[in-house]
Amino acid sequence: MIPAAFEYHAPKSLEEALRLLSRHGNEAKILAGGHSLLPLMKLRLAAPRCVIDIGRIQALRYIREENGRIAIGALTTHTEVLESPLLRAKCPLLPQTAWEIGDVQVRNRGTVGWSLAHADPAADYPAAVLALDAELVAASVHGTRTLRAMEFFVDMLTAALLPGEILTEVRVPILPPRTGTAYRKLHQPASGYALVGAAACLTLGPGGIVERVAVGLTGVGPKAYRAVAVEKALAGKKASEKLLTGAARHAVPEHVEPLSDLQASAEYRTAMAVVFVRRALESALARAQGKPR
Amino acid sequence: MGVVIQMRVNGKTQQHEVEPRLLLVHYLRDVLGLTGTHIGCETSICGACTVLLGGKAVKSCTLLAVQADGADVVTIEGLAALGGNGGLHPVQEGFWEKHGLQCGYCTPGMILAAVELLQTNPKPKEEEIRRAIAGNLCRCTGYQHIVDAVQYAARKMAAAKR
Repeated sequence: MIPAAFEYHAPKSLEEALRLLSRHGNEAKILAGGHSLLPLMKLRLAAPRCVIDIGRIQALRYIREENGRIAIGALTTHTEVLESPLLRAKCPLLPQTAWEIGDVQVRNRGTVGWSLAHADPAADYPAAVLALDAELVAASVHGTRTLRAMEFFVDMLTAALLPGEILTEVRVPILPPRTGTAYRKLHQPASGYALVGAAACLTLGPGGIVERVAVGLTGVGPKAYRAVAVEKALAGKKASEKLLTGAARHAVPEHVEPLSDLQASAEYRTAMAVVFVRRALESALARAQGKPR
Repeated sequence: MGVVIQMRVNGKTQQHEVEPRLLLVHYLRDVLGLTGTHIGCETSICGACTVLLGGKAVKSCTLLAVQADGADVVTIEGLAALGGNGGLHPVQEGFWEKHGLQCGYCTPGMILAAVELLQTNPKPKEEEIRRAIAGNLCRCTGYQHIVDAVQYAARKMAAAKR
């Protein structure tokens, strides 16, 4: 399997990459780690005339605390997310999610930003960035803009990036005390992609009340989404196993049409969404209570 | 239009003009003649094509040769030299001693994935070994001997350090 021929550019800076992208327009594809784009090109499902390899732009590879949030360069690999002491201490949901992605070799090459930009409906990070209410920074020759995770996923394989834009950074919050997070996933056994993936972020208030909770789901529908009905069923109530089980039943709202394919029927995905949301909530609650889980 | 790339492969500097669409695995096998790196599924799943790029295990079927420009690559052919004792690398020796292969197709990739594991985690638990080779499929040994082989290598490398 050999990709169709293309013109290759390997810019050394973001500015150079943006100029190239604005010059080549829709004929160009951005190559980051290559673990989404190259498989498509090998299958000839994608045959861009021009490939802009941003993988050498070291300035887009960092994890640092900035203005009360954690800023992650778009080219940071899954392995770097997984091993980051800063994220593990202050926003463990991202390392927890990276732990479930692919295998060692995939995690060594795949990048957090461009996994998100690919907007694969079965990718893992979308659930996490939704549950974290993360911000995504997009740059173009005209400047930068910041998008919220909730507006980033438009449709299957379609993110809210405009032509000429490059995703440069993901910003996640520093989680407050008494917060627990978890990502629970049903793996497709061959590919490792999520048939269903649920990310939960739960903060307890005085008296064990659920002060804040957010749940992101991937794999279920054509794009990742926030399970708002689950969150509403939990917020302000005293956390208990029974409460979580009841809330998880709202995992697939009416406006989401579950995918149905060779790997899993819509009914199965719906049933598993409920199970995995419950498991993610249970783990997040246990961690918020300071129990090892 | 060709692109000139340069990389160190098994300690030796290589320079060639290649088509940008050339995959790293084809560069290693067809241009450099290093056929120890195998092609299995070609879809980033089976891990037969695993090599070390800058010390990290990667699937060379999902990497363009141009992406490895300037990098340091180790294939199974260059591994023994990393062992430091003039003979087989301890992981290779483990596969030999513990019968870690039958047909041998997955073996080069399996070994390089294990080498990366032992670089960062010299005393892995069994579950950690299984997780580290989760990106490498074997269709005949049943994995148990492979796990034994990696454990053998870990013991051997720990003993050599003492």
